[in-house]
Amino acid sequence: MPQPLPAAQTPMARRYAAGRRAVLFAFLALAIALPSMVGNASELNYAILVLMIAQAGVAWNILGGYAGQVSLGHAAFYGIGAYTSTQLLLQYNLSPWLGMVAGGLVATLFALAIGWPCFRLKGHYFAMATIAVAEILQIVVTNWDWLGGAVGLSLPVAEAGWRGFVFNKSNVPYYYIMLGLLLLTLGVNLLIERSFLGYYFRAIKDEPDAARSVGIDLTRYKLIAIACSSFLTAIGGTFYAQKELFIDPGSTMATSLSIKIALVAILGGVGSLGGPVVGAVILTAIEESTRAMFGGTGRGTDLIIYALLIIGVAVYYPGGVTGWWRELERRWFASVAERHARAGP
Amino acid sequence: MGASFDILLQTLLSGVLIGLIYALVAVGLTMIFGVMDIVNFAHGEFLMLGMYASFWGFALWALDPMFTLPFTALLLFALGATVYHLVIRRIIRAPMLSQIFTTFGLMILFRGLAQFLWTPDFRSINHSIVEGKVAFAGLQFGLPQLVAGAGAIIVTGLVWWFLHRTRVGAALEATAADKEAAALMGIDVQRMFALAWGIGAGCAGIAGALLSTFFPIFPEVGANFILVAFVTVALGGFGSVAGAFWAGIIVGMVEVLGGFLVGPQYKLALVLGLYLLVVLLRPQGLLGRA
Repeated sequence: MPQPLPAAQTPMARRYAAGRRAVLFAFLALAIALPSMVGNASELNYAILVLMIAQAGVAWNILGGYAGQVSLGHAAFYGIGAYTSTQLLLQYNLSPWLGMVAGGLVATLFALAIGWPCFRLKGHYFAMATIAVAEILQIVVTNWDWLGGAVGLSLPVAEAGWRGFVFNKSNVPYYYIMLGLLLLTLGVNLLIERSFLGYYFRAIKDEPDAARSVGIDLTRYKLIAIACSSFLTAIGGTFYAQKELFIDPGSTMATSLSIKIALVAILGGVGSLGGPVVGAVILTAIEESTRAMFGGTGRGTDLIIYALLIIGVAVYYPGGVTGWWRELERRWFASVAERHARAGP
Repeated sequence: MGASFDILLQTLLSGVLIGLIYALVAVGLTMIFGVMDIVNFAHGEFLMLGMYASFWGFALWALDPMFTLPFTALLLFALGATVYHLVIRRIIRAPMLSQIFTTFGLMILFRGLAQFLWTPDFRSINHSIVEGKVAFAGLQFGLPQLVAGAGAIIVTGLVWWFLHRTRVGAALEATAADKEAAALMGIDVQRMFALAWGIGAGCAGIAGALLSTFFPIFPEVGANFILVAFVTVALGGFGSVAGAFWAGIIVGMVEVLGGFLVGPQYKLALVLGLYLLVVLLRPQGLLGRA
């Protein structure tokens, strides 16, 4: 039972909440202004990479964080999004914007078909089942010639512009589209968090037996969680296809991608709204800096540092960065409250 | 007819031989899972380190992997127990996600260290004392594979004997069944956990030593075994050593038969499909506790 913050209606707490909101808006303004601030294309590209993995992590968080069903197979949804929109474009010349929605729907259907039987499984059994499903899908696509097999699919660059969802002059439009998708995904999470669904998901995560005993249909709400989560993950996959203009099973469906999606959520803080975004910034920074410092040697030094950080966070900060921050806040509030109490009425 | 039957028989038996290795890898994994409910994603890396131990014994001192095998086992036992004391001990009560990512981090760490120390090159051991082929009743087997299969049977048998016929083994089983009750009976639960990690890593290390005479050795080699080992553990029943043994053989046969009938590229998909079937239809596995 977390200790409640001392009287949320005190002026100090109100000022603190207002300050926090101001900081959030400052970050949003910074994110909007970023493309005009970064110096070169590769820096902007890093920023887009951060937004992409953040969006996938936020989408994962609906199922893995709020509802507590740990999926290590989200790359399957990502890949379905990428392949559906790409194939609809190549075969039927359908706009990638519509393809994005179609990819989300296909991924949702796939997720529901998988979730229906697999939600019976608990904990490790479920996590491993998601790995198995995603690996099987990857093997099937790798051997499916119609989908380009192991070679992958290349997207046409003919129709550049907003209509065609292809930009060959600058990455700035990609940046804003991805920022929009991230905000959309965060918005869905916020709606869930604030609605009855948020309470149901948390009940399913923390007290499944109690939740069932008060009449919550566990499978039904897990299916709602996986439907939202897979749809949003898949639209990220379509974005990847449109940005890279090339997809193959290894880059869109690999278990390493599934792990990374879950990892940003864990680094940032599982089940917190902004956690995966924080985690994405940190993970990308770690990856890029270790690669820049040690990667070229081909000796795996970057892997070692990366691994030590993962272990360190998992062992010492299981709540991730946001969990650690909340702990700081709690202590600070407690010390302030104590000072007030000592000062007397 | 006769020729194709021979091919089928040959295929099946080679599946049994590789399946015995899967069983040995899975024995360690299932023991760690059974005793403390933690899935060790770094298990394939213990196998990889066992392979490298054999390789360096051979490359530096010309010691045969079969001769260094007991030392490899001891080395890996010590490593497993050390990993438990340094890392795993701290996450026993942590949420499942933290546990998954801790062992996942260990997996990357060991791969990175192997790459750092020994480069990503593929290595192999040529001219070990187990070499060549054996012909038997019209079928041909590689001697390394036969020896590896026999070694896997012996070690799995020893682990089973240890668990079911010795006092310490009984204490380990008791810890798996109920930690609190075991602690109240005077069993040092921490030592039992360390022992499970030691034996688990030791088994994987022995499997690596047995494989090293006929399988390429490289930092990522564990990836070839870890998913198959998970399936074997699930099929045998989480925590069951005897189950893992029979499940390993079944998984090996499913793999080669699937490769033979459907196509080698679908081998892993079929094995993973088997996992899904097992956990959905018979979650307790072949010989698991319900």
